[in-house]
Amino acid sequence: MTSHSRLVPLLLGVAVVMFAAAPFVIDTAPYESSMGLVQRIFYFHLGAAMTMLTSGLVCGIASARYLAKRSASADHLAYAAVELAVLFGTMVLVTGPLWARKAWGVWWDWEPRLTSTLVMYMLFVAYLLLRRFGGAGSEVLSAAIGLFGMALVPFVYISVNLWRTLHPKTSVLPTLPKPMLVPALFCLAAFLILYWALLLIRMRMEAARAEIDAAYLSLED
Amino acid sequence: MTRLQRWIIRVTLPAVALVFSALGVLAQQGDKGFVPLPPGQSLQEQLPATPLVFTAYAFVWVALLVYVFILFSRLKKVERELADLRSKTRASRA
Repeated sequence: MTSHSRLVPLLLGVAVVMFAAAPFVIDTAPYESSMGLVQRIFYFHLGAAMTMLTSGLVCGIASARYLAKRSASADHLAYAAVELAVLFGTMVLVTGPLWARKAWGVWWDWEPRLTSTLVMYMLFVAYLLLRRFGGAGSEVLSAAIGLFGMALVPFVYISVNLWRTLHPKTSVLPTLPKPMLVPALFCLAAFLILYWALLLIRMRMEAARAEIDAAYLSLED
Repeated sequence: MTRLQRWIIRVTLPAVALVFSALGVLAQQGDKGFVPLPPGQSLQEQLPATPLVFTAYAFVWVALLVYVFILFSRLKKVERELADLRSKTRASRA
């Protein structure tokens, strides 16, 4: 906990500086030839999307550990990761349609990447609702939902390569020219550092809540 | 030519004529509805990208700030409750 309390302000500070610098870094990127200015949504959209997928994986691994060992810290990690997956998923589902409106001419298209992302997002929302209103024992059921959410992560990622779709393929990032790649990686790093800091804070809160429950029980005894 | 073939021709020919005349009317209506761009003129962009880009970035910033604010408020509340409970537990033991 002590190492976390030192690490969190450091991570938050780095993330704040990086987010403040992000507009200037993005401004150095050239316009994309066919989409123009609207393509710049990509830099935050990519960061939010990769963070959401990372959070989905973290949630699934922690849920599996909770189901196998009933570890309280694994449950705290899964719960924290899901909440952050919903936060970053909301950003993805808002910035994506804003980009699509100009690039595709529509706000939404029921194509594989968008549909699978929405399904995964709804699974994570279901997890949060279950934890909030499910009562005692909802941890096990929500861990199972977390596993389903993780199973969707690779599907969401490769869906653009499996089907013909309007969405850019996974080959976009490695084939980006350097002036576009640098801002993309910078924003991705900013999102992941912020995610790490928020995850540690959120886990600390869950640990404190568990301690409160234990303290109430000891007071009743 | 059999009686059936004659009957088919009698029915088919007027039907085809009707379809073509309807298409002609629709085509004329289409000419009225869609006005082609005069040659030599360039089309101005109808949907500007700036508001979309601005909204996307603003949404991400606002969502992050609101979440961080709410998260710290919740953490503060939980830690205060925990501190109260610890002092109560200590008091009940003593």
